[in-house]
Amino acid sequence: MSERPVPSGRVVITGMGAVTPLATGVDNFWPKLLAGENGVARVTLLDPSEFSTQIAAEVKDFNAEDWLDKKEARRVDRFIAFAVASATMALKDSGIELTDELRDHFGVCIGSGIGGLTLMGEQHRRQVEHGPGKVTPFLVPYMIPDMASGFTSIVHDLRGPNTCTVTACSTGANAIGDAYHIIKRGDAVAMLAGGTEAPINEIGLAAFSAARAMSTRNHEPHLASRPFDLDRDGFVIAEGSAVLVMEDYAHAIARGAKIYGEVVGYGMSGDAYHITQPRPDAGGAIRAMQMAFDRAGIKPEQIGYINAHGTSTYYNDKLETMAIKHVFGDYAYKVPISSIKSMIGHTLGASGAIAALVCLLAMRDGKLPPTINLGNPDPECDLDYIPNVYREAQAEYSMLNSFGFGGHNVTLILKRTADA
Amino acid sequence: MSQDILNRVKKVTVEELGVKEEEVVEAASFTEDLGADSLDVVELVMAFEDEFGIDIPDEEVGEIKTVGDAVNYISKKLG
Repeated sequence: MSERPVPSGRVVITGMGAVTPLATGVDNFWPKLLAGENGVARVTLLDPSEFSTQIAAEVKDFNAEDWLDKKEARRVDRFIAFAVASATMALKDSGIELTDELRDHFGVCIGSGIGGLTLMGEQHRRQVEHGPGKVTPFLVPYMIPDMASGFTSIVHDLRGPNTCTVTACSTGANAIGDAYHIIKRGDAVAMLAGGTEAPINEIGLAAFSAARAMSTRNHEPHLASRPFDLDRDGFVIAEGSAVLVMEDYAHAIARGAKIYGEVVGYGMSGDAYHITQPRPDAGGAIRAMQMAFDRAGIKPEQIGYINAHGTSTYYNDKLETMAIKHVFGDYAYKVPISSIKSMIGHTLGASGAIAALVCLLAMRDGKLPPTINLGNPDPECDLDYIPNVYREAQAEYSMLNSFGFGGHNVTLILKRTADA
Repeated sequence: MSQDILNRVKKVTVEELGVKEEEVVEAASFTEDLGADSLDVVELVMAFEDEFGIDIPDEEVGEIKTVGDAVNYISKKLG
């Protein structure tokens, strides 16, 4: 292995790729998100007739064979194909030259909250119907959540630290935060980091229905995901992925890279309260945000955009609002906030990574995406959620929240440019 | 050697291993020539079982090294 590089201690984002319910590819996705387009519709990946929830935000324009060879495309679970696609787009976008030396210091940290649930369901059915000898030898490798990172490293021959996060709906944000630390301490020069999820299958839909957390507005799918709105009735399940190329600042500057922004703060905490419900005093969310501000060394008043976790559930929206008020004080009423889950649904382990990508695009273009379906705000949610129409505003810093079952709370603070 | 069995072995092999049909000749070894690893072989054998409605016991899998071996083995089984 080549010599350990000296880290600059700063980490920037130099490439991005995404697979989302609105579109595959950042350039296709972003204008649709700003326009407030809606990705929620009746489920087509399976027949949802028997399920209490029959709607989801599915990825519509994705063909695994565009990103993997034919044999692999047929075998891997969808969450792996999404990850490879986003990673490939991000690498291309970064323009980074993968030398033999750099490959030893280029890592991967792409998480998934659940892993290969579709494959698990299919193979379990085979086992029940045809016996244990009929289970594919690829079930284990293509079901385990870490294979998004493992497979991506094989496809692109990236030989640095290879790991993943599995923290439910905060997985993607944790992956970016953990990759930030890996680069900052000098264990890698660059990382592919993000999240991926493909939970729309029989057992996934049944399980989340049983948890009573999803919207059942089956007759009006386009109105179902409505964060902060009084008429909300749960989140809308979704699939997709986002992967960032994260890179040591000095390395990015030396190669003249295009820089989207810098990770400056990463905070996390545990609720230690309940397996699925957020803590009623929002203490965990508050401490995650406070930690991120402490590490970033900035004040809440410097944040120009908050990408909220904003799931469209009663407890999340109310308690996240409460937490923002606690941390931001009077400025909570002035800072623009939005939930892109109103448009793309809740991509679970991918959501924090898609949120980070959106924060960087919002700062690049001076345009903040809206929260759609917000016509009747919940009186307990009385902040500026950029209702229904995008806004022109130049944020220098953005903050995103990402919370997961198990009581994981994650906050990331991103800076627009990497200027000193 | 049954032409029908050969054609079906070819079809399954092309599908499972993602190789070109013209590569799947009788002398071709699944691992040496067609790039199958140990997991691919397990998957391929299961696909033969499904295609032909037969059981291939683990201890007999070793007999099937080439496309021709597979055709002979299956012909015998269907005998």
